[in-house]
Amino acid sequence: MTDASAPFAPWDDPNETPLISIKGVSKRFGDFTALNNINLSIYTREFFALLGPSGCGKTTLMRMLDGFEHPSSGTITIDGQDMAGVPPNKRAVNMMFQSYALFPHLSIWDNIAFGLRRDGMPKDQMAARVEEMLRLTRLESFVRRKPHQISGGQRQRVALARSLAKAPKLLLLDEPLGALDKKLRQETQFELMDIQETTGTTFVIVTHDQEEAMTVASRVAVMGQGTLAQVDTPDRIYEVPADTYVADFIGEISLIPARCTGLSEGIARVSWSEDHPEILCSAQGGTVVDQACTFAIRPEKVSISSERTTAPNCLPGKIIDIAYTGNLSTYKVELATGQMISAQVANTARVANRPFTWEDAVWLSWSDTAGLCLPG
Amino acid sequence: MRKFFLISGPYFWLLIFFLIPFGIVLKISLSDIAVSIPPYTPKLDFSEGWAGLQAFFAALDLESYVWLTEDDLYWKAYLSSVQIAAISTLLCLLVGFPIAYAMANAPQAWRPMLMMLVILPFWTSFLIRVYAWIGILSREGFLNQLLIWLGLISEPLTILNTDIAVYIGITYTYCPFMILPIYASLERLDASLLEAAEDLGCSRVKAFWLITVPLAKAGIIAGCFLVFIPALGEFVIPSLLGGSDTLMIGKVLYTEFFSNRDWPVASAVAVILLLILVIPIVLFQRNEQKQREAEQ
Repeated sequence: MTDASAPFAPWDDPNETPLISIKGVSKRFGDFTALNNINLSIYTREFFALLGPSGCGKTTLMRMLDGFEHPSSGTITIDGQDMAGVPPNKRAVNMMFQSYALFPHLSIWDNIAFGLRRDGMPKDQMAARVEEMLRLTRLESFVRRKPHQISGGQRQRVALARSLAKAPKLLLLDEPLGALDKKLRQETQFELMDIQETTGTTFVIVTHDQEEAMTVASRVAVMGQGTLAQVDTPDRIYEVPADTYVADFIGEISLIPARCTGLSEGIARVSWSEDHPEILCSAQGGTVVDQACTFAIRPEKVSISSERTTAPNCLPGKIIDIAYTGNLSTYKVELATGQMISAQVANTARVANRPFTWEDAVWLSWSDTAGLCLPG
Repeated sequence: MRKFFLISGPYFWLLIFFLIPFGIVLKISLSDIAVSIPPYTPKLDFSEGWAGLQAFFAALDLESYVWLTEDDLYWKAYLSSVQIAAISTLLCLLVGFPIAYAMANAPQAWRPMLMMLVILPFWTSFLIRVYAWIGILSREGFLNQLLIWLGLISEPLTILNTDIAVYIGITYTYCPFMILPIYASLERLDASLLEAAEDLGCSRVKAFWLITVPLAKAGIIAGCFLVFIPALGEFVIPSLLGGSDTLMIGKVLYTEFFSNRDWPVASAVAVILLLILVIPIVLFQRNEQKQREAEQ
């Protein structure tokens, strides 16, 4: 980064060389293709998330970075070095395991010092490094205990401290927060981000929890069926999904099959029903006039009212379902043609004063840039 | 009250089947040899009341134990038993650990069958299995025939009736007792621990010594005791496979009881053997307890 005030975005800088480059990597287990022609660059100091449903190949990809799996074809280079044939113990890469994999016969201190001992680090230097890790993860008071004598959250921090102790170029985190309860998970997410920033280590996290990925990561790779569906910043993944798979996987969204009929200044006109006016929405790079497309809109961008509004898009419908989640209420509204659109309303007033209920006829309205025209 | 009965159950069992028999053996060991049925005096006779009891206790002495110290046969037999049991335990460990390790790393579907194969020999009589070794180890036995056929030797080896045959017999017989506890501890070992060790800079071999072996330690110790304790008092294997110079305390005990009909000395030998065994048994139980505490 040349300008300190510029946002951290090395992926947009053509002069930046990536720390990790994955080129044309495929992995086959017998007839099954776990990864299909993956191309990916990850930059120094990035907090990169591999996000996808189970079985999408994200864990396989991560294990390749650590050397426990080998690509069937393609190359992986880390810091300019081709990783083919380099065993896990010879890589400047450490992993925090999903099960934490703490050594049960060693104390917390010895667990953290394990990797340093293997490097033959002098005793005083090692003690200083372990102390530093203990401070970083706030574990000072547990050093003499064994892993089974501390709580799940503390074990998670020991695993993190142990994997960071060797100051790896790259830290891999395999579902690091999966075993924690929700409250602790949210706290730990911020802790992880702090630690990542303090140490300046490049983190690659594997998770199936989209909220977690969006919270911690500088960039997210959404994976599906052994391919990368989209690699982008969390806000762009959410606001500008590349296709219906990503749109559907991340958050809630209403999808309606349609056809693009016109395009002007980034606004597409899509026809979705013969009896209803066309919808105005944001066009994507891939939007082509006279082609089938999918109209997509997030529920929080739709407002609901009892009267017709003057918004660019306004459609009548009937409330079928109300999902109450405390801070929000999501109304599932059926249009006259049978399609469903969800509208989300923040519950600023008490539920008792809720203006709408089941079977109510309502109007849904949204701006001309709120929706998206996705290819296919 | 019910609690009392529940707890007293095992103690009652120990009293009937361990403490009382031990008391009887101890009593015989303090008696003197006599030509009678049973072949020792004094005999406990309650019909003469208090005076009879006093006379009985007055007649007990440590003569048999003194005898054990006077003849060097006995301490040599004890020492040689400890040596044979210790070497056999080591052999069992060397053979058993790789088997247990292979079993624990075998595909999940194979494991019940492998376990079955380890236990299978117990389905036939122990005596018959030891007899079978005579057929294998004798000068005209299968092993010598095989080695000659392979051209490795020209003259048959004398294995039967030597200490080597005893080591082979004990190692063969007690190996399952070594394999099973080690297998149990290795099977519980989380494979990601080895990956973590590798990730942190260990080679595979180093990870084995730093992770696998320490975590199998409890199983190894349990297996060693389970082999050492019965092997120490072993009688059948040295008498069938061993030579005339194979000295084991079990054999001495048998000779005293059945050939010499010297029950007091035989009982004294048994009492001392028990005292020698108490040390490893106590150590074994402490190991078990420590392991249980570690698991809590």
